[in-house]
Amino acid sequence: MGNVPTTVKHCLSYEQLIQDYPWLRRWLLQEKTITGHEYPEFVKIVEVGPRDGLQNEKEIVPTGVKIQLIDMLSGTGLHVIEATSFVSSKWVPQMADHTEVLRGIQRAPHVQYPVLTPNLQGFQDAVAAGATEVAVFGSASETFSKKNINCSIDESMLRFEEVINTAKEQQIPVRGYVSCALGCPHEGHIEPSKVAEVAKKLYEMGCYEISLGDTIGVGTPGSMFKMLQCVMKEVPADALAVHCHDTYGQALPNILTALQMGVCVVDSAVAGLGGCPYAQGSSGNVSTEDVLYMLHGMGIETGVNLAKVVEAGDFICNALCRKTNSKVAKARGRTL
Amino acid sequence: MAAVIRLVNRSPLSSAMGQQYLALSSTAKVQAAGVRAGQALPEKVKIVEVGPRDGLQNEKTIVPTETKIHLIDMLSVSGLPVIEATSFVSPKWVPQMADQVEVMKGICRQPGVSYPVLTPNLKGFQAAVKAGASEVAIFGAASELFSKKNINCSVDESLQRFDEVMKAAKEAGVPVRGYVSCVLGCPYEGKVAPEKVAHVAKSLYSMGCYEISLGDTIGVGTPGSMSEMLEAVSREVPVNALAVHCHDTYGQALANILVALQMGISVVDSSVAGLGGCPYAQGASGNVATEDVVYMLHGLGIQTGVDLSKLMDAGAFICRSLNRKTNSKVSQATCKL
Repeated sequence: MGNVPTTVKHCLSYEQLIQDYPWLRRWLLQEKTITGHEYPEFVKIVEVGPRDGLQNEKEIVPTGVKIQLIDMLSGTGLHVIEATSFVSSKWVPQMADHTEVLRGIQRAPHVQYPVLTPNLQGFQDAVAAGATEVAVFGSASETFSKKNINCSIDESMLRFEEVINTAKEQQIPVRGYVSCALGCPHEGHIEPSKVAEVAKKLYEMGCYEISLGDTIGVGTPGSMFKMLQCVMKEVPADALAVHCHDTYGQALPNILTALQMGVCVVDSAVAGLGGCPYAQGSSGNVSTEDVLYMLHGMGIETGVNLAKVVEAGDFICNALCRKTNSKVAKARGRTL
Repeated sequence: MAAVIRLVNRSPLSSAMGQQYLALSSTAKVQAAGVRAGQALPEKVKIVEVGPRDGLQNEKTIVPTETKIHLIDMLSVSGLPVIEATSFVSPKWVPQMADQVEVMKGICRQPGVSYPVLTPNLKGFQAAVKAGASEVAIFGAASELFSKKNINCSVDESLQRFDEVMKAAKEAGVPVRGYVSCVLGCPYEGKVAPEKVAHVAKSLYSMGCYEISLGDTIGVGTPGSMSEMLEAVSREVPVNALAVHCHDTYGQALANILVALQMGISVVDSSVAGLGGCPYAQGASGNVATEDVVYMLHGLGIQTGVDLSKLMDAGAFICRSLNRKTNSKVSQATCKL
């Protein structure tokens, strides 16, 4: 482009276009999902096993085991591994070793290790321990919010605003979660408009991505479709993720529906770690292995090596003396 | 702002681009992106309950005849329109189904419910009709190796055998359902060509089967291979004569069923409590659980006529009798034990 004037070069530079028109990247992604493709070409998996998974396991897992699990996952190609949670150990004893875990893991280049930070105190502790990305947890259900974090949705948003503003100053990206997106264990049905309202608030406050969680796994492709239709009027598809629980076996068809609607980020847990605290003996998180099997079978790239995830799953199941919840792992004969 | 840029190079967005086009309406894009997801699904889906046959056939413990009869009777009042009752194969090969005649004669048939039975050959067909069967099913394979290992003959030879059954069934006015196994993969051959599946499905349909059930025998299929296979088959057999029989060995069954529904399929095979493991993957699950399928369909607003709680009762009964846990996640989640 040697003889082209600087101003023209400036106009033709893609990076400059994105800077001048931030909505451009979003529009291009949307174009990709409808012309010729029914599905995204690439899906980012957010591995929540070490945090959301282990948090819901009954046995307290030794720090060394947590670190080894995360290190194994770091070698699988996963781009995001939720490492731990800076909630008070009074409430979540499983995560009491958050600082040691964050300091003990061997961070792979190009992998993010977000941690949960429910409030400013947690955020500051997380940063002191070396966190470079955090997450905040909102709810679409008032009752769930009160029972889970002891305050209303609006009060929780104020807390998160503090965290997000402080994080902005330190250039730490914040991911937002909305729980009970397809149903609440206390309230039952949740209006899609409420989910959209909470998602929008988190997005506008500055969360780069909003993960919509079917906390009790009651959703079906029908309710997933309606909820996403509503949320996508307020938050662009490429800033959304789905966090499906497999309690009623619906996780994969729900994820499929989300992909068909242009969502391209999926949360899952290795070996389907973490039962459902609301349905005794039931499964919770969808297994990363089963999600990967589906995506790869559809020709969707993830960058993740399924066999290595199965190995990590074997490791943690052996350590926990429990069977895997992943059907793919079971089928490949790697059960206890 | 109205910069109109042509989209020329769609590979890595991070590379410097020359010119790109942008359409102006983003609302239309978001709506269109949901087109596949919101595609018109069938209003009604017929569930073909295969638990008492396909399910129990793959269970290790031999189930007493009365238990089988009681299971079928419980299923009969749950609203299921079709319940595969038993199989007229030689008890030498499938000891679980040795009590085929007593089961057929012992069940309390509900009006409006069909009770098809498997008939691998003319002899089996004749025995089935004698025992009171009013609908039968025949089982082909899309894989040559599987056909040889499973029923000791090639695919073409098996179709010839079925021809005899078809003729006799036509004369007797007995409808015949055709199954094609290994439609998305074979435990011996691996990948199976969609054209092969289409060929076998078409043969069975042309011979006179009123419905062809396409079986993912080892559960390896995904929405990708399912849609590819259905596209090939629906060119040869009308979609309203097709059914899907998905195994959940790799957890893909419900996603595969959803894709099939989006492609116009409105008949789904499933097994109460997900009875029947996979004989090809030790300890792995097999049939998809009827409860989980019904939960999904009802959540989509699709009618099945099935009462989920009665279905779960039947599942709880058979699991107690077999002394095993249910494979249905819906049952596990709502278990009141």
